[in-house]
Amino acid sequence: MNYFENINNDDEELKPKDENTLDYSPQKGFTSESLKKKFRLSEFLAEKLITLIAFLSITIIILIFVFVFRESLPIFYKTKKAKTEKIISTNSKTENVNSNGQETYGVETKKETPTNSNGQEQYGAVTDNNKIKEEERKETPEDRASFRNLTGRIWQPVSDDPKYGLLPLFLGTFKITIIAMLFAAPVAILAALFTSNFASKRMKEIIKPAVELLAGFPSVVVGFFALMVLASFFQNVFGYETRLNAFVGGIAMALAAIPIIYTITEDALTAIPKTYTEASLALGASSWQTAFFVTLPAATPGIFAAILLGTGRVFGETMIVLMATGNAAMISLNPFDSVRTLSATIGAEMAEVVFGDTHYNVLFLIGSLLFIFTFTLNAIAEFYVKGKLVKRIQGKS
Amino acid sequence: MNRNKLKGRIIIGLTGFSVILILAIIVIMISIIIYNGRSNFTWEFLTKFPTDGMTKGGIFPAIYGTALMVIVMSIAAVPFGTITAIYLTEYAKENSVISKTIRFAVRTLAVVPSIIFGLFGLGFFIKFVGGNIDNIFLGGTLKWAQPNILWASLTMALLTLPVVIVSVEEAMRAVPKEMREASLALGATKWQTIIKVVIPGSISGIMTGTILAVSRGAGEVAPILFTGAAYYLASLPTSLSDQFMNLGYHIYIMSTQSTNVDATMPIQYATTMVLLLLTFTLNFTAVIIRARIRRKKV
Repeated sequence: MNYFENINNDDEELKPKDENTLDYSPQKGFTSESLKKKFRLSEFLAEKLITLIAFLSITIIILIFVFVFRESLPIFYKTKKAKTEKIISTNSKTENVNSNGQETYGVETKKETPTNSNGQEQYGAVTDNNKIKEEERKETPEDRASFRNLTGRIWQPVSDDPKYGLLPLFLGTFKITIIAMLFAAPVAILAALFTSNFASKRMKEIIKPAVELLAGFPSVVVGFFALMVLASFFQNVFGYETRLNAFVGGIAMALAAIPIIYTITEDALTAIPKTYTEASLALGASSWQTAFFVTLPAATPGIFAAILLGTGRVFGETMIVLMATGNAAMISLNPFDSVRTLSATIGAEMAEVVFGDTHYNVLFLIGSLLFIFTFTLNAIAEFYVKGKLVKRIQGKS
Repeated sequence: MNRNKLKGRIIIGLTGFSVILILAIIVIMISIIIYNGRSNFTWEFLTKFPTDGMTKGGIFPAIYGTALMVIVMSIAAVPFGTITAIYLTEYAKENSVISKTIRFAVRTLAVVPSIIFGLFGLGFFIKFVGGNIDNIFLGGTLKWAQPNILWASLTMALLTLPVVIVSVEEAMRAVPKEMREASLALGATKWQTIIKVVIPGSISGIMTGTILAVSRGAGEVAPILFTGAAYYLASLPTSLSDQFMNLGYHIYIMSTQSTNVDATMPIQYATTMVLLLLTFTLNFTAVIIRARIRRKKV
């Protein structure tokens, strides 16, 4: 009883005081006019400028979408006339590509590369003759990326009869994504469960920075490691024929996805209120039962978000696939065959393509598709999953 | 009961195994790269030009190009990132539509695949901005409408913008509210408070953000594949309209398209080691500074 009385007393003491202070100020010479914020031009300008710059990131997102999509548009409406115009404008630019030294060097050396047999290198060895031929070829009416051409089964952008079938690229991307996620998701989620539920404080201090370290690995380094070490290692273990294949790429990709999945899952697991675990433990469940049947299910939306973002990362990762998958566009379900992904196609071919060519537009179309896909994944993870997680923790669903 | 215990052992063992697996992968990767790269990791290697068709010599131009790109990138990314963070912490109302949209945009920017930035750099900076500059100011001569170090750096700046924003914002939130209130109570305006109290209080956060952005930018290759990186240049870039060599791009090209993989193997490992050491040192510094900020907050 005493306790409650005290609280009441406090309230009573406070209230008049508050009113006093409120009444006080005007009498001391402050009028409501003088208390109003003064308008200062510099303040106003600074605020507007800062606001304007803050909108930059939104603008960039929109610009990325507009400009990547814009370059792919000609596929859909290109007529013969528009094409010939483009050829004139690109003639000068073609020379420019050749003059920067990079190309000529590549041409001389590409003959003996390890990935020679996969078709990518043939493309890389575009000589001046080929380029001239390409330009002549462009005037034939068949060179149009029709819908049928885009959904074809063959990706062969550099030939007399170019084929822009995206099917093998999509298949390759999904194959890699599935292999990577099959490896990365369980490992990362279990490791996160260990860190949040079983690890001591000291272990946490080692594990978390270590995973951050893995996140800091540049993807070229991971790709290099896969190319030099993993590929030979797996070839010795499994004894398959093509040294660089979807499996090697998938495992390397998993290394890039693990830190993302781990971090987000770990955040989701630690966000679960302590009352949940305490209630479970109080009911007699052991610590592993609590971890597995209480914490993990409660965090499913967060884990789902983690997997989505991990998938997005794997889907768009370029350097690792470019280096470790062999880059042969073929339709097969064998994980030990070479694959070519969407992102690797852009990375490998964009540098050598003729500006304004159909091939160029198709590569930008692939880019738009990649962008839309990762944007959607992120939006789902952001809105749907987060809302659900919050609701669940608050006990509303 | 017994079976339950066994199950528990298996599950805890499985989770523990995953952790050990991750740690083992990290240790193996680092040690293999350092083991194979250490013999070539000399002072000459860091300061010499490549010779004999890239099979001998050093990687100085690649280091120089990377450094130059990273500097230009920071000049572009850090101010804009900091100002966005100022807006989010000081001006925007929490949970307002605008701040939510900006946050969503920043997070989206962080997950957009790096190759898309490369495409954007090509389509926007090189073709659109560069093309227009050439047409309007240079009367159509080709100068800016081609891959160069400026466009590569700006593309990279877009990629690293979210890194800067997130860490600066974290540091600004760590500046105690009382300090802002004290400043305002003494008659300082909001802008003065930001300049004299908030920014000096979060300078270490701005540093962390810069370092993390630099580490990210030094390691990414996909955005510069066709916005400015070159395989081999006989001289160092002297102006922003030159192409440049880059460590990551060097590794990529050397390991996939080199004439003689066996001969260049030590160089490749050593280059990878340089890049790895560079990013690790930067990340490590950032982690230490960040830990100090967090301690200050508590």
